[in-house]
Amino acid sequence: MNLETIVRLLDLKVFSGLDKLKTEVLDGYTGDLLSDVMANSKEGDIWMTRQVHQNIIAVASLKDHAGIILVHGAEPAKDTLEKAMKENIPVMGTNLSGFELAGRIYNILKGKKDNAAVDL
Amino acid sequence: MITILDVHEKQIFESSYTVQGGNFDEAGKVASQIKVILKKLGLQADVVRKAALVAYESEINIVSYARKGTINISVTPQRVKIETVDEGQGIPDIDLAMQVGYSTADAKIREMGFGAGMGLCNIKKFSDQFQITSEIGKGTHLKMIIHIDNGA
Repeated sequence: MNLETIVRLLDLKVFSGLDKLKTEVLDGYTGDLLSDVMANSKEGDIWMTRQVHQNIIAVASLKDHAGIILVHGAEPAKDTLEKAMKENIPVMGTNLSGFELAGRIYNILKGKKDNAAVDL
Repeated sequence: MITILDVHEKQIFESSYTVQGGNFDEAGKVASQIKVILKKLGLQADVVRKAALVAYESEINIVSYARKGTINISVTPQRVKIETVDEGQGIPDIDLAMQVGYSTADAKIREMGFGAGMGLCNIKKFSDQFQITSEIGKGTHLKMIIHIDNGA
């Protein structure tokens, strides 16, 4: 599942990284505590957060996240956007709450897999 | 005292970076540079991942709590060593500081999602060897080693 499909299915706003939407999303992580995200998220994760300041770009870049989705109508701060563009990190946004968004992305990424397992 | 660095070991890479306290705009920059270098050196992904995390948390600690600090990195075929020395207030009670969730961060730092009392714990968890010393009113000194498993 690539970012583009998730953007389309959930009608996400794309703030940066338009040319990186083919990036494969392997899994997801939610969190607003940066140390928690640093320690527990993985490469290829789509990171869902309410933090909008520029340090999120460094975290996403260091962890090789597929991208960042800002929840609940949040928009990146000006310097966050500048840094995201410079480092070419996809930053997206949604009006959905973190809970709603995580649930939907979980279903998109894993729902089918789980159903398939049940069918077997 | 554990002697971490064997002087006879061959250095593959060595560098030193200065970090300014309070400058959150640049926080994470040194860790990003270190990650790029370690990747270029061709180290295994998990070594790069651990070193990037250790460097990042150390850098954030300097930015959050010290006036300034230095991050030194050296790589040999056997290990990555990251060492930070800061000029700051020091840590009065290291055992307390090492407890998950304990933090002296102010509201501004916490609002950004830092200061959750996880930094030092993460550094220790992701390092194979970890050493911390601190002097009140002078600063804190961290030494971390990440082993490179080269199958030897």
